[in-house]
Parts: sequence; structure tokens; C-alpha cells
Amino acid sequence: MSFIASCFFNLFEPLFRLGQRWLGLSRIAWLFVAPNLIIFGLFTFLPIIINFHYAMTAGVQIMPSQRPFVGTENFALLFECRDHFDLATCNQDLFWKAISNTSKFTVLQVILMMFFSLLTALVLNRKIIGRSFWRGVFFYPVLLSPVVVALLWKWILQKHGLLNAGLLAAGLDSREWLTDSGWSFFWVIFVSIWAHMGFYTLILLAGLQAIPREVYDAAEMDAASPWRTLYRITLPLLMPNLIVVVVLALIRAIQIFDEVFVLTGGGPGSATTFIVQYIYQVGFAEQIHLYGLAAAASLVLAAGILVLTLIQLKLSRAGKHGSKNGSKQER
Amino acid sequence: MTQANRRRALALTAMGSALLSLSLLAANIQAAELRVMCYQDGNECDVLTELSKRFESKNADIKIIIDKVPYKTVVEQLPVQLASGQGPDIARVTEIGGLSKYYLDIGPYLKDRDYWEKNFSNTLSWMRTRAGDKGIYGLLSQLTVTGPYVNKTLFEQANVPMPGPKATWDDWVAATRKVAKATQVDAAMAWDRSGHRFAGPAISYGAKIFNGSGELVVDDGYRAIVQKFVDWNKDGTMAREVWAGAGGSAYRDAFEDFKNGRIVMYLSGSWQIRRMNSQIGKNFDWVVVPNPCGPAACSGMPGGAALVALKGSKSPKEVARYLDFLAQEDNYAELIAKTENLPAHMGLVQKGVNYNSAPEIKAALAVFSADIPRLSPLAYRLQGYQYNRSLMFPTVTRVTQAIVGEMSVADAMTRLSSDMAESVRQARK
Repeated sequence: MSFIASCFFNLFEPLFRLGQRWLGLSRIAWLFVAPNLIIFGLFTFLPIIINFHYAMTAGVQIMPSQRPFVGTENFALLFECRDHFDLATCNQDLFWKAISNTSKFTVLQVILMMFFSLLTALVLNRKIIGRSFWRGVFFYPVLLSPVVVALLWKWILQKHGLLNAGLLAAGLDSREWLTDSGWSFFWVIFVSIWAHMGFYTLILLAGLQAIPREVYDAAEMDAASPWRTLYRITLPLLMPNLIVVVVLALIRAIQIFDEVFVLTGGGPGSATTFIVQYIYQVGFAEQIHLYGLAAAASLVLAAGILVLTLIQLKLSRAGKHGSKNGSKQER
Repeated sequence: MTQANRRRALALTAMGSALLSLSLLAANIQAAELRVMCYQDGNECDVLTELSKRFESKNADIKIIIDKVPYKTVVEQLPVQLASGQGPDIARVTEIGGLSKYYLDIGPYLKDRDYWEKNFSNTLSWMRTRAGDKGIYGLLSQLTVTGPYVNKTLFEQANVPMPGPKATWDDWVAATRKVAKATQVDAAMAWDRSGHRFAGPAISYGAKIFNGSGELVVDDGYRAIVQKFVDWNKDGTMAREVWAGAGGSAYRDAFEDFKNGRIVMYLSGSWQIRRMNSQIGKNFDWVVVPNPCGPAACSGMPGGAALVALKGSKSPKEVARYLDFLAQEDNYAELIAKTENLPAHMGLVQKGVNYNSAPEIKAALAVFSADIPRLSPLAYRLQGYQYNRSLMFPTVTRVTQAIVGEMSVADAMTRLSSDMAESVRQARK
């Protein structure tokens, strides 16, 4: 392997030397990162700039040059409300409904996801029969495409689906799981947790396995109760993993789209319409494509995610400082 | 260089030049290639391919390439291609008014312009960009009409007489409710989740659609049918999951419910005939009935797919020749008969199309054809209006919100008006 690598470098060495002579030692590094920078620029940075342009322009034209500049009009449309305490009075009421749904979904889903992931990780960390099998079972849904997950659950939950068939067979009344606002919101959270819990469980499980056994042995010798062990040892030592899980789950929850779009289509009404679906609908699904409004809404979403990411950075730095101080005190 | 060598070199150069000139000439007289972007509900692109071969045999200088694509490509990718100056020479589209700014006027290249004006007068305006525009941009390759399908077997089992051709929506609601109750099916009715389907009953209930200055308007007639529809969803007359089971303005049909015998009456359109025949088979008898009436009309909505010439084409004359060939009565009749669609050609509408189809398909086509003269002029006007989607899409969103109880019908109508106005305002920028 090293022979192949050395052959490869020997092949390019004259070129590198030539480049170094022309550009100088400090600038040659730019040459090496250039391919990545170009790809990043073209497919990430440029679309962001174009998105800003779309947000500041109106009309239904696709070509940026043909779109009339309107400044912050699209943002004003999004934020225009007769009474800011009553979101139904807002010009774009569906945008605010989507924000409200997304916030509600994010809080509930992240809390429940954390709880069930932690619970599952704690159980799977114990010496139970068929541990590897159960780990596989909980991780399996993560491997499925979100569309497959949604179709599978739609098949179960639709009016003539498996769940209602089961209820009828048991002599109970069937229910409108996906056309009742409350139930559809419940199932969206449930399916989302079912589909992604395995991933977070795995992160927490890795964290649990990294906690030294001796700490638990010492706690046992001190006759610490299981609850106290969890509260005083497991959770503090698992905190870096928990923060990662919270942040990842938060960002994923805010960006939820595909599963819900296939499962409920955002309905009934707007009961499960989340912010990404609102952007998609306004920008692409309606026949009059309001790209400007969709771009403005996506920038609002980006700002929200940016705030969360900054909080995460601050939290993880605080976590690091905390653990350093803690280890100093222990010494 | 000797004299002989010089002569040989000169001869070789002359031969080379002659060959080069010949190859350039050959390239010039090479067949013009026309690309047609085509989606099909049934066999439309296949029949078009057959007709194109016949056209090519008569026009050796034109080669037709039919690019068969999914419907989604026409809806989502074609507008992007056209906006960026790309795209095919001809496309089969359903968003006829919305894409009109990209159409090529083939009028100047047609031999007999009057033939087109005479036979496609009802639908040529759908492709025109503004009032006073006299351009000819393509031909409606298939006229569709919205209308109801009825499960005849359920009516027979329930021993309920089917309402007559002039029955109102209320008559049908009453009859189908009786049938649903007697046969214990899920619901009496379902309408496709579509603003286009909704527009027919709305016009029948007196919706004027346009105000005095030609702008879209939500009036008392529109409000009346929304109120009725919401009530029918709430009292279980309508299969609730069709509209309430989705969000936004997403299209959803109720074909599966009808096919599985879960509803008695289903408002959809003539494009479903083949599907009905092939998928329902002998499971039960179904019939098409004339559009039920309201206080103002007994109208469905026209619609269809058009083969339109596109501005980006480098061969406008050839595009015109090809479309002119398809528009000729015998070719058009063949296209319509083989695809089992309704004609938009006035001459053919009068003469009738000789469909070589199963009896139930023929019967359904006959009912839809007979319904064409009953379509309200307002329905044609709305279908040809460039921003008709500004009414149709928000209708689905807001009516659904009223059905699921997120807002009252009055609030839904207020929202619909403002959504519609904003959409048109943006589209005009």
C-alpha cells in the first residue's frame, strides 16, 4: 500500500515542486484545498447567495436576472400581523401555523426521543438475553428510507389499514388516525421517534460503554441506590453524548419533512404542516411558484437553526470546561 | 516539387474540397429533428408515435423524436427548462395558460389558418397570453370534462332509482345517502381533491368567478357551494379522508375508494374512463351521469392536454407542419379514437368519433360528449384564464381547513380571497 502511495506521490512530485516554485510555500496549500473549495462554493455557498437574491425579489420567474427587486417585502409579508399575539391574524397564517407546529413538534419529539433513547440505551447496556439481537432490532428502522417508513405506517394507520382492522377484529370501533388533527400529530411524533431512535440510542450506548466500570463498582461499595447512581454518575458522565443527541435531534426535528409529507401530507388541514413543508409548498408545489416568499421563509428557518447551533457550541464548550474543572478538583 | 507532383497535389486538394462541400451540403439537407416531450395517461404517446411515423414517411426532411416522460417531468421540469431557454420543440402540457409565454406562434407558417380558427375556436384562446392575441400556439390533443361516475350496482342493490339528467346536486346527495345507508358503504360521495373539480359545481351554484374588471373573485355563489361541501364532509356524505386526509393544496383522487366499492358517486373526469374499465372490470357496473345542476347551471369543467409549439425551437416551420398534420380531421380523429378521449375539434364533435372501444367505455364517452354543450361559458373562460391556479390551489387548502374545523367557512373565504389576490399579484410581477 505504502509502495503504491509513494509511486503516486513520486509521479506528481515534479508538478508539486513546480507549483511550489511558482506560488511559494505559503500559497501552495490553497492549490490543495482548491477542489474542495470550488465544490463547496458551487454547491453550498453560491446557492446561499442566490437564496438571498430570491428572498429580496418577487414574481414567478426562475431566472434571477428577470426577477424584480422588492427589498424586504417578502419578509414583511411573512411577519405582517394585525395582532402579533394572534397568529391567525397574520398575512401568512400558514407560515405561522407551520412555525407553531414545528415548535410544538420539536419540543415534544426531542424530549420524548431523549427519554426513550436513554431508556433503551440503559436497557441495552445491561447483560440481557439476546443483547446483540435487540440492538439490531432498535437500530433497524434507521436503515430504512424515510419514505419507506412513512408508507409502512400509512398502510397501518389509514382508514382501512392494519390497526383499524385489528381494532374491528377485537370488537372495537375503528378510528380516523390520520384525518383527526390530534391523532395525526401524535402519530407523526410516534413514527419519527420510531424511525430515528436507534441512531440516538447508539450514540448514548457508546457513551455508556465508555464510562469506566470502576466508578460503578465504587458506587456499589458505597451502597449507592440505582437511582442515585444514574443521577450522580451515569448522567453527568454521559452529558457530552446527551448534548450531541439533543442538538442533532433538535436540528433534525426542525427540518422534518419527508416522513410527514408522505404520511399525512401536512394534514388534516394544516395540523401537521411543518416549516420545511410550508417552504416546499409555497416555492414548488403550488402552480404559481412564489420563490421569493419561500426563500425568505427558508432564511428565517436558517436563522433559527443558526441560533440553536450557537447555543450548542456554547453548551458543549461549557461542558468541556465543566469536565476539566471537575477533573482538576478530583485531583 | 516536380510538375507531376504539383498536379497530383492540386487534384487531391480539389477532390478534398469537393468532398467537404458535399458533406456540408448533406448536413444541410439532413432531416430537421423535432423533439416532443410527451407524458401519457393511457396510450397517448404511443399513438402519437404511430402518427409521427406516418408523418415522417410523407415528410422525409423532418424527424420526430417522442420523448416519453412522467407527468411530473412536464409539471416540474419543463417550466424550469423553458425559463432557462432550453426545452423541446413541442410539449404535451396540461398547464396550458400558465406556460403561454413560452409558446411559439405557428400561425404564420400554417397553410390554412382558417381551418384552425374554425375547428379549434373554443380552445385556441386557452393558449393565448392576453386578450386580443390572435396567435395559434398548438392544438388541444385531448379535451377532458369533469363529471360524476356512479356505482350502478349499489343503486340496484339498494333499490333506489337513479336521479335523472336534470337532477341537482341536492337530489344526488339525497339518493346516494339512501344507497350508502342501505348498502352500508363508507360514504355517499367523493370529489377529487382538486380546485379544478370543485369549479364545476361552484359555477353551477352561481359563482361568477370573475368580477366586472375581469379579476378573480370569491362571491356568494362560491361561498354557497363551499358551505354545502363543508357540511357534506362534516355529516359524512363525503368520504372525509379524500380532502381532510391531506394538507396544503396537494392533489388526491378518490379512484381507489370508488374502485373498491366504498363510495356510491365519484366526481372526477373523462380521463379516468380507461382506468375505470381496466381496474374495475366485472366487479360492479359503473356509469357516467351528466353533471348535476345547481341554481345557475349544470356545468362541469373542461380541461385537457395540448400539444404546444415552444419558442426555443430552431425549426418553427417544421413544428407548424407537424402540428398541422396532427390537426387534420382524419389524423385527429384517429388520435382521439385510439386514445379514447374527447375531441376538441368542432367538426369531429358534430360528426362524432368512431370509437372502437368496449361498450361501457363508449357509453361513458357518449355521456361526457353530450355534456360538452352544457358546459358553462364561464367554465371555458376560467379554464383559459392564465392565473386560474390562483383560485384553484388555495381553494383546496382553505376548504380543507374549514372541513377539519381549523377555521369557519367565512374565515376560509376571506383567506381564499387574500391568497388568490397575492398569488395573482406575484404572478404579474
